[in-house]
Amino acid sequence: MAQQTTAHGAHTEHGGHDHHELSFWRKYVFSTDHKVIGLQYGLTAFCFMLIGLFLMLAMRWQMAYPGKALPIVGGLLQAILGDLWVGKDAAGVPGVMLPDLYNSFGAMHGTIMVFLAIVPIGVGAFGNYVVPLQIGAPDMAFPRLNMVSYQSYLLGGLLMLASFVMPAGAAKSGWTSYSPLATVNDLTHAINGQTMWLIGMVFNISASLLGSINFVTTIIQLRAKGMNWMRLPFFVWAEFVTAFLLILAFPPLEAAAAMQLVDNLTGSSFFLPSGMVVSGQPLNISGGGSPLLWQHLFWFLGHPEVYILLLPAIGIVAEVIANNTRKPLWGYRSMVYGVLAIGFLSFIVWAHHMYLTGMGTKISTFFQTTTMMISIPSVILLTCLFISLWGGSIRFNVPMLFSLAFLVMFGIGGITGLPLGFNASDIQLHDTYYVIAHFHYVVAPGIIFGFFAGVYYWYPKMTGRYLNEFWGKVHFWLSLIFMNAVFFPMFIQGLAGMHRRMSDGGATYALSNPQNQGVADGLSDFVINLNKHISWAALCLAIAQIPFILNLFISIKKGQKTNSDNPWKSTTLEWQTPTPPGHGNFDVVPNVYRGPYEYSVPGAKDDFTTQNELPARKSDTKNTSAK
Amino acid sequence: MEIPYTTKPRPDTALYNAKVGIWLFLASEVMLFGALFSSYILLRVGADPKLVWPALAAWPHHSDGLLNVPMGAINTLVLIVSSVTVVMAWVSLKLKDFNKFFIFQGVTIVCAMGFCAIKSFEYAAKFSHYHVVLNDGTAMTGHLEPKQYFTTDKKLRAANVAEIEFVKDPAPGHGHAAAGSAAAAHDDHKPVKIKMADVQRLTFWGPQQSTYFAIYFTMTGLHALHVIGGALVIAYLWIPGARMWKTDPERFTNRVKVCGLFWHFVDLVWIFLFPVLYLL
Repeated sequence: MAQQTTAHGAHTEHGGHDHHELSFWRKYVFSTDHKVIGLQYGLTAFCFMLIGLFLMLAMRWQMAYPGKALPIVGGLLQAILGDLWVGKDAAGVPGVMLPDLYNSFGAMHGTIMVFLAIVPIGVGAFGNYVVPLQIGAPDMAFPRLNMVSYQSYLLGGLLMLASFVMPAGAAKSGWTSYSPLATVNDLTHAINGQTMWLIGMVFNISASLLGSINFVTTIIQLRAKGMNWMRLPFFVWAEFVTAFLLILAFPPLEAAAAMQLVDNLTGSSFFLPSGMVVSGQPLNISGGGSPLLWQHLFWFLGHPEVYILLLPAIGIVAEVIANNTRKPLWGYRSMVYGVLAIGFLSFIVWAHHMYLTGMGTKISTFFQTTTMMISIPSVILLTCLFISLWGGSIRFNVPMLFSLAFLVMFGIGGITGLPLGFNASDIQLHDTYYVIAHFHYVVAPGIIFGFFAGVYYWYPKMTGRYLNEFWGKVHFWLSLIFMNAVFFPMFIQGLAGMHRRMSDGGATYALSNPQNQGVADGLSDFVINLNKHISWAALCLAIAQIPFILNLFISIKKGQKTNSDNPWKSTTLEWQTPTPPGHGNFDVVPNVYRGPYEYSVPGAKDDFTTQNELPARKSDTKNTSAK
Repeated sequence: MEIPYTTKPRPDTALYNAKVGIWLFLASEVMLFGALFSSYILLRVGADPKLVWPALAAWPHHSDGLLNVPMGAINTLVLIVSSVTVVMAWVSLKLKDFNKFFIFQGVTIVCAMGFCAIKSFEYAAKFSHYHVVLNDGTAMTGHLEPKQYFTTDKKLRAANVAEIEFVKDPAPGHGHAAAGSAAAAHDDHKPVKIKMADVQRLTFWGPQQSTYFAIYFTMTGLHALHVIGGALVIAYLWIPGARMWKTDPERFTNRVKVCGLFWHFVDLVWIFLFPVLYLL
């Protein structure tokens, strides 16, 4: 393997099969190489994630210090967005977020984080880069489609960002865009933020569809010789199921987006019931529509979406854990069947987001049952990963630390979801900060930690250098501490009844009954003051990402060089390519002879046996098949 | 670098890449139209059964004759014919008869254009057909005299129109009132004069007129976009893309087949749309 590196050092960045020179545009902008597209997806999505982070920080300030001007960026925000959105505080300093802007930021924080950051990183970036390498394919099955997918995603994202500076502002009806609110909250502008949101979503959904069709086709068709289904690394299985969820769950949202767009542009009433009155004026609409219909269509995507976010991350964690425990994954087959079960069940749980809509107790009971059922395969996955740790000689490097934290943090996020899955307890908890805490525990210290693990793990394959270990550990510990400092107090706030959409952090609500504060009405000072702690923790969390960002860019040139193509001594095929892999990936088309996690096989010469290693003697094959 | 199995099927799956891709794409399309059909069901079941067309928010019955059934039936026939020709085009290539392929592919494009022409004629009739609710609650449908497209009470009031001449449709149930056909427009019904001051709501038969028309235009519009998209691909394979027949005939045949699969799906959607929207 070391020989391969030297042989390909001559071609610098792009070794592999293709030696013709591509122009800058074809190589980096309109590339059809799955690895370049993966990096494009990753970097773009990371920028979106930073924008989402900024929106969150602005909102957190507003909640902790309602009515006070945003420090540093307040004046800038006012200059960009105008007086309609940003006001002045009591002392006349510009930079106070007005409630409408808070709503906008809230809606766009959710949209950007879910649709433009997490899904593109999990599927677009890691999936694109790693899946073809792990199955031993030269590229995706449809390289040009892959390029169009990225361009469409970028266009959709830019359209959404553009809506911030348009006169009507960005969408402000929550990331779920419930009608009728989403349809009637801006009747003065023909093209309002919601319209932009919908058009952006149509592009984004099309991008996901093209991408996921590509993934499934690639995994079915382009597996290397001998790579049968039970020899696929678990990450590939996770991406496979994710891609199926995207193919089947996203189109109903596309249909819903089309219908809401028709509502917005032509004045029809798919989602508007008869007798709507807005600002004291009866609306001139036909009526006869159904607000519940939007919610059904939205959550039909929305729930599988949770698994679309989760599965790539859990796939990454499985790879990292197997590699760093030097043991096969415990219960690989159960995990595969578990992930398939999650895929099926995720389509029949959506209405647990809608217990309080009045859709009826019988329907609620059905969805409560299915929701409890889907927790079983989720627990199987998590349990298998926990048991995989047992008896391993664990290497506590940075990817492993993030993976271990993922297990615990995702566990907290999952378990706190159960009370939301039961009708009875959901009545109390619905739309409170408890919900926010629950799903952020799943997504932020869960899924994003999984992604961090992936970045630290595959960075040496992408660049030939390690990320700095010390700064990686600083990044990990600070992130872990502040993630919990941000999200744990939200459970307390939620249980105290703090509503999730109050732009002043509940200050007005706390005053609703001054004689009786902290008892039944209003919120206690303790709960309100937690806002300040959370906000400062959130700022610290943002600062804790600076070492990561610097590490990411400085290590490209200055990082410690890897001494082989397989620096982590891994078994899977992506490490059998030159570093970084050229266009076409493999120098020698690999043949696969064994399962994905043959670590510490008794009698083998190393503590890992790569999937493409020839079976040496008959007795060796016997050993492996006996496992 | 070569992507394997672009033309030859992979031995263990017996499929080439594009075939897997198109079936997955069709699966997503099924979910897209499935969501719209489900919405249709939910909206129709949720409509107030006590309201009778042309009352506002009422769900019309096929006997109210809103849509032009003969035209829809002709369009169904046109698409079925095109489905046959699209297969014949592929079969011709398999039999290595490029000239026949050329003819059949051409017929398919003519059918697609015919479908769009008939559909736009139907659409145009809807956009000049009106639904009026008076202040006393009476609701009726008919035409404006002289003929006008895309008008609403808001636009008429903005143009300071005080009075309109309105030709009422015959009472529902007579069957042939639909869609502004020549017979309906020049029925022996005389135009009546209606003061704009008495009008509560006047609007053409667009998506805003009723939830029924909203779902009608969304579904048929989306379907028409699919017809146009499919026709463009077929047209590409007809002349510019057909050069591949000389260099890589097998791959070209596969392309025609994959495109044909999509075209069948588009036809199939219409086979469902026609009874659901026109006949129920």
